[in-house]
Amino acid sequence: MENPQEDLYREVIMDHFKNPRNKGLLPEPQIKVKGVNPFCGDELELTLDIKDGRVVAVGIETQGCAISKASSSMMAEVLTGKPAQVLTDWVAFLKTKLVDGSADAWPAELEELKAIEGVRNYAARVKCALLPWNTLVEGLQEFAAQKGGKVTLTHTEEAS
Amino acid sequence: MSQTTINGRSVADIRKDFPLIAGTTLAYLDNAATSQKPRSVIDALSGYYSAYNANPHRGVYPISEQATQAYEGARKKVATFLGAVDSASVIFTRNTTEAINLVAYTWGQANIREGDEIVTTEMEHHSNMVPWQLLAKRKGAKVRYLPFDAATGGPAWSALPGLLSAKTKLVAFAHVSNSLGTINPVAEVVAMVRKHSAAKVLVDSAQGAPHLQVDVKGWDCDFLALSAHKMLGPMGVGVLFGKRELLEAMDPFLGGGDMIREVYIDRESKWNDLPWKFEAGTPNVGGVIALGAAIDYLDAIGVAAIHRHEQALTQHALDRLKRMKGITLYGTPDAKGRCGVVSFNIDGVHPHDAGSLLAREDVAVRVGHHCNMPLMKRLGLWGTTRASFYLYNTIEEVDRLLIAIPKIQKLFS
Repeated sequence: MENPQEDLYREVIMDHFKNPRNKGLLPEPQIKVKGVNPFCGDELELTLDIKDGRVVAVGIETQGCAISKASSSMMAEVLTGKPAQVLTDWVAFLKTKLVDGSADAWPAELEELKAIEGVRNYAARVKCALLPWNTLVEGLQEFAAQKGGKVTLTHTEEAS
Repeated sequence: MSQTTINGRSVADIRKDFPLIAGTTLAYLDNAATSQKPRSVIDALSGYYSAYNANPHRGVYPISEQATQAYEGARKKVATFLGAVDSASVIFTRNTTEAINLVAYTWGQANIREGDEIVTTEMEHHSNMVPWQLLAKRKGAKVRYLPFDAATGGPAWSALPGLLSAKTKLVAFAHVSNSLGTINPVAEVVAMVRKHSAAKVLVDSAQGAPHLQVDVKGWDCDFLALSAHKMLGPMGVGVLFGKRELLEAMDPFLGGGDMIREVYIDRESKWNDLPWKFEAGTPNVGGVIALGAAIDYLDAIGVAAIHRHEQALTQHALDRLKRMKGITLYGTPDAKGRCGVVSFNIDGVHPHDAGSLLAREDVAVRVGHHCNMPLMKRLGLWGTTRASFYLYNTIEEVDRLLIAIPKIQKLFS
């Protein structure tokens, strides 16, 4: 029997899980978002500083499974220097990739995330992978709505 | 393959009765979620649809009469299986959850008043907790929870008398815990309730009836609920047992066809006799007949012998897990007082990862809070990895679970 989970716990995932990038929270962040997945108890805190519409500093702390921790770490690594719109587009891309299995090509910056594509076959695990990204989008949207004011909020994953 | 036998039949032989299991390499250890089905149950279901599919209770032609007899015959089998004297006390529902909600919305609606108390335990499945919370909210009543005692792996039954009073109208508890396998002393609990209050007693036997002898008459419980799909039967069929005098006094649950005797538009309609008063609309006839076939299968082997087999698997798993480093076990200290459930965590490994990695080894377990969020909170956990056994499971399958654990630990070290 073909087992799509065969790929899920590859070295790259376990490396991010064991050595999470950008670990630790920023002291006075402009955006501070908590992300909660009530379905599996995963929780993270994401802090961001933004300058001229671009991310300039990232700090993240994630408690949860290897998939959510690895996805958080991979995300943290690619945020710096990116404008909010690019990030929002990336999340939309990831959702179509992981939920619908679209054939669109991966943006070069996100190639490492190919490692978590195996979650696609397991709806419960897709939430683990998307939690940090959905948390990011909610923070960025609120930041835009506040027109640059400080943002503190909680994102909760909803039932699919 | 193990030479283990249950009541003279080898497990290897029993496995041949289960099409999903026979000839696969899957170690199906998620029986507390749902059991697999023997060929006889699948045949009973498809046999109904291919040979005598007709609406029961109203036909004047042969296959409708045949459907009626098979449907009502299954009801008699369930009554005998539960130790009920009267098959009119057996009501078919969709599942345990619906059976419990039936009691909450009919008996509860009529008998629970402001200030009354409903007692349940911290160990309950959400389906034996939330219906009472909703009822209490509607009525201004209160739900009180008997605390969980981690040392014994079950509710602190000695504290029950302290929770009972003239205000207590209902005590609802599980026969067996779905996440830990703990067997509750049903007869003793009912006796305790009777001694200290006039409360009615509901037993959630969803996890009990598949593995242990049920005795509603001997236990003297007022209500008992179960699901067919956890005891080799199909999904979509549940059972509510109720004492006849209570069911007689209760208003109908759902209104519609089959639950009426006479319908008027100028005065109140009259309800059908038990048990049909509580079975509005066309029931899951094929499913009920297949439940009858499941009971025949269980009776032929014997639930007591099945339980002994599961306990041997459980003791084996517990012994090995206790000797492993970095494993936390939950529930009773050993297999005594436990059905075939082993709930554990691997230190530093989220249960979702453990479950996914076990799936990679073709071992199916359940991970998560098992619809026991208050219990998990009491244990200070988000969830556990749960392996649960049934008659067709073997020591070799348990060993595949055990052998996979050090591999997972190595990956996460």
